[in-house]
Amino acid sequence: MKKVLSLVLAGLLVCPMLTACGDSSSSQYPNGEVNVLNWGEYISDGQDGTLDVIAKFQEETGIKVNYNVCPDNETLYANLQQGDSYDVIIPSDYMISRLIDEGMLAPLNFDNIPNAADVDPQFLNPAYDPDNAYSVPYMWGTVGIIYNTTMVDEAITSWDALFDPKYAGQVLMINNSRDAIGVALKDLGYSYNTTDQAQITEAVNLLIQQKKDGIVQAYVMDEIFDKLEGGEAAIGVYYAGDYLTMHDNNPDLTFVVPSEGSNIFTDAMCIPAGAANQENGEKFINFMCSTEVGVANCEAIGYSTPLMSVKDALDPAITSNPVAYPSDAVLASCEPFLNLPDATLKFYDSEWLRLKA
Amino acid sequence: MKNKGLAVPYVIWMAIFVVVPLILVVIYAFHDGTRFTPDNFRVMGTYAAVFGRSFLLAAIATLICILVGYPVAWFLAREGPGMRRIATILIMLPMWMNFLLRTYSWMSILENTGLLNTLFQKIGLITLVNSIFGTNFTYFPMINTQGAIVLGMVYNYLPFMILPIFTVIEKIDPQLIEAAQDLGANSAVVFHKLIFPLSVPGILSGITMVFVPSVATFAISRLLGGGMVTLLGDLIETQFLGGAYNPYLGSAISLVMMVIVLVCMAVMNRFGEGEEEAMLL
Repeated sequence: MKKVLSLVLAGLLVCPMLTACGDSSSSQYPNGEVNVLNWGEYISDGQDGTLDVIAKFQEETGIKVNYNVCPDNETLYANLQQGDSYDVIIPSDYMISRLIDEGMLAPLNFDNIPNAADVDPQFLNPAYDPDNAYSVPYMWGTVGIIYNTTMVDEAITSWDALFDPKYAGQVLMINNSRDAIGVALKDLGYSYNTTDQAQITEAVNLLIQQKKDGIVQAYVMDEIFDKLEGGEAAIGVYYAGDYLTMHDNNPDLTFVVPSEGSNIFTDAMCIPAGAANQENGEKFINFMCSTEVGVANCEAIGYSTPLMSVKDALDPAITSNPVAYPSDAVLASCEPFLNLPDATLKFYDSEWLRLKA
Repeated sequence: MKNKGLAVPYVIWMAIFVVVPLILVVIYAFHDGTRFTPDNFRVMGTYAAVFGRSFLLAAIATLICILVGYPVAWFLAREGPGMRRIATILIMLPMWMNFLLRTYSWMSILENTGLLNTLFQKIGLITLVNSIFGTNFTYFPMINTQGAIVLGMVYNYLPFMILPIFTVIEKIDPQLIEAAQDLGANSAVVFHKLIFPLSVPGILSGITMVFVPSVATFAISRLLGGGMVTLLGDLIETQFLGGAYNPYLGSAISLVMMVIVLVCMAVMNRFGEGEEEAMLL
């Protein structure tokens, strides 16, 4: 009896393997494959009746999509370094300039990406890709202060609030050296991209004081959703797109881009150097830039689109929301992250350790 | 011959997933991307505080696991088979759920507005403490402290302490205890002279199984410690996935950590004979 049972179980194990092999048969996907690496929950995937972008691409083009996700730019970089091969990646600005500097991206053939003409000119020739040769922007957004209006009785307008002792135990900082030190740099009026070690040291001293005074409750990443929505903390620093999600769950939360200016980030689609399926990658990028897919993606993930036709087609309630689409004056005050020289990155790491020691 | 054949897959598995990675770690540790150099180890002094804190917290967690786990294992070994089965399942039950989920649950238990603090408030404990000590708590700070990190380690790894001790005590021949009692030993003496010495191998393998993962943990310190301090696991992770991407230094730190752990284990094993036996269980 046991033998029969184990045979059945073994059979069950093998079954999905066989069907998986059947899936990749050339008849269903005659035009090869494309390996895509994206962030988690950063595409419209068919949940809750939204458009399943991947399925639609496969159906329209006959190209099989091998879809992968990774948590952050640094992991993506490590993956590429370790020789993982992808045809489309969606890194953020500073990582794109690092990848370009290190020769890890392939120049795009824009003949295969006609939809790139739809990109708003203000996102063309960005500082991270000055010749506009390697990337097509996918989504963008700002970083700002999110706070609970029932726990904070003033309108926060400055990064200073994060260093104010009256908010002791109420402040959540981003648990990543570039973002956290960046907050302090901006509060001191410096650039995010400074390589001046004295300025970075001054910023970290400010963070150490902030920690010593007990103002910081915790350094968090996505745990911030629970803590802000549940009123565990009053003030936090995070991304505008994620704020919109939090606001849906707790309307008492509000978002502000501090007057000193903040970070504007762009995630753009690129093709790694030596990609096996560059042309299929370009087709995928083109597909992602079409109006229908762009609208579906924006509605699903809440970030802001760089595509003009998509912005026009979106619900005006979304595009008139200053959190998702801030005014030109606010945008002008924002600064993107650029790649830092290796020595500065190492200095960031040792200063970060000084803060956390 | 037949037995050896059966071991082949295991040997291949170990070679690919244990031996090869270990060799890679050693090579990386003595490399800086362009040439072989011991430079990575020269900067190790900068991380002394991180090493110290990680080993201290792991040691505290291990000690608590022994103090809590030993009595549990002892009572368990003296229960009837039905009770044992239920208790073993209860001990194992949390481990059927993902480690991260369990740690996330502790976040909502320990938070300032979490389950425990809400409970304390409802039953008036916070008011009581404030009136006795003249303090001004609105909640008891529990999360984002080093205590919470230790709690997370104890909670997650306690079963690894209980089970080996339980297995060893269970195997002690009851006739030995009867003989000791016949010879006039009271229960304190039986425990001190007989049960405890015989259960040392179980304690030692329990220590190994709790201490090693505790030293290397990073999710617990981030979720329950609020990322306020860096532990070894965080430090190593930063080297591989942080801004400065330095797998060479990361490997060197891992190697130093492994060597320290191995030395600790070797020293400890000198105190216990028959350790191999317990390890095999």
